[in-house]
Amino acid sequence: MTPSTHPSTDTEILVVRIWRGTSTGAFKTYHVPRGESQTILDVVTYVQRELDPTLSYRFACRVGMCGSCAMLVNGQARWTCRTHVSRVLDQSLTLEIAPLSNMPVIKDLATDMTVFFDKWAKAKGQFQGASSRHEDFAQIRPDSPQRRAADAGIECIGCGVCYSSCDVVAWRPDYLGPAALNRAWTLTNDVRDTQHLERLRAIAGDAGCHACHSHFLCTERCPKAISPTAGIAGLKKKIGRMAVKGEL
Amino acid sequence: MRTSRSRSLAYSAFVVHRISGLILALFLPLHFLVLSQAIQGQAALDRALRLTDSPAVKFAEWGLVVLLTLHLVGGMRLILIEFGPWKGARSGWITATVFTAGCTGFLFLYNLVI
Amino acid sequence: MTQDSIRQARAWYWQRISAMVLAVFVVLHLVIMMYAIRGGLSASEILDRTQGNVLFGIFYGLFVLACAVHVPIGVAKIVQEWGGISPSVARGLSLLFSILIVGMGSAAVWGVSVR
Repeated sequence: MTPSTHPSTDTEILVVRIWRGTSTGAFKTYHVPRGESQTILDVVTYVQRELDPTLSYRFACRVGMCGSCAMLVNGQARWTCRTHVSRVLDQSLTLEIAPLSNMPVIKDLATDMTVFFDKWAKAKGQFQGASSRHEDFAQIRPDSPQRRAADAGIECIGCGVCYSSCDVVAWRPDYLGPAALNRAWTLTNDVRDTQHLERLRAIAGDAGCHACHSHFLCTERCPKAISPTAGIAGLKKKIGRMAVKGEL
Repeated sequence: MRTSRSRSLAYSAFVVHRISGLILALFLPLHFLVLSQAIQGQAALDRALRLTDSPAVKFAEWGLVVLLTLHLVGGMRLILIEFGPWKGARSGWITATVFTAGCTGFLFLYNLVI
Repeated sequence: MTQDSIRQARAWYWQRISAMVLAVFVVLHLVIMMYAIRGGLSASEILDRTQGNVLFGIFYGLFVLACAVHVPIGVAKIVQEWGGISPSVARGLSLLFSILIVGMGSAAVWGVSVR
């Protein structure tokens, strides 16, 4: 990636503060030449290849499909391959890049996502069906309200941006979080699934959907335009009513 | 490393709702205490009410009325988000919250001085 | 474990129901209060209108009960999320607060409407 020859950008040097260490550590400053159509992932890659090979970070597809490159950019959780420097840069030409919050840090920009996926399992985020290959396909209308509700949340790839943006996850370590609850919502709306009751029991209460305070940060930050807040609101209402009626 | 929340309007609405609720919760016993002086007769209630005549107390009362309205209308927004048809963060309601609280604050001052 | 979450789900539900009830009471209370403060506030002005007034007593009695449900549930969430208090201690505190509201609120309603 070479700096552009455009007069206004070919001498600009970005001041990039990158987190080094584990959950304890410090920001280290690097100077990175600005380039045309440069993304934050380009910046991090430049640092690791040209300036400091000891920097650890994650990426895979680098085209906005896998979600591996999620990091905090100037305090906001984003996919770094889809964040253009020009979008987040101000006159100070300073960038701050840190690992995703609400997770333990393995090293530098790589976080430990074990708890994130454990919570997915705790929320019964797996499909369980009753049919086998010998039965006919289930007939589900794509425009039914339940299928529409499921489809609105089904594109989640587990990148952790919503989880990292959620205050309640920061305040309550046991809170399942927006990703797990969004997945539970899609499955609750899947008429083929057979563990609805166990799932609703698993996500009720203050470790589950009822702890959400509708800050909407998950919805604002989701790179796939999913609204976990919407699904959680649906779950709150459904489970709250069932709990009062003694159906749980 | 904490995520920045400065750009979320819905987050500010949450902070206002929580802080107003907390202040109102702490005020409630005091409010009951003043009114329950009536058990000891009219003179006792009058004594308690005279304590509230100062400008500082009037300012606090104005503040409480504003906070109550913020909490009420903000709460209506939350009820719609949680029970109503899904229409996102309902930021129009956030505007309505601030506007209504301003009106109520004004009406309080108006009725105080006429 | 599940019993706890069911109880928490119910608390969420009743806090929202009491909120809807309180919305009506609070609006009416604001109107009544603004009317009452006109021309200054005195005990005789208040008590002349409220003493022996059954409707007034019932209205504010129900208001107090709705507060006793709504307020402690909210406060319990705050002390757990921002105060680091454990769920069981928070539940105990909210029960105490609820009793306080019912007790003091009843005294206020009694004093002003019955005496």
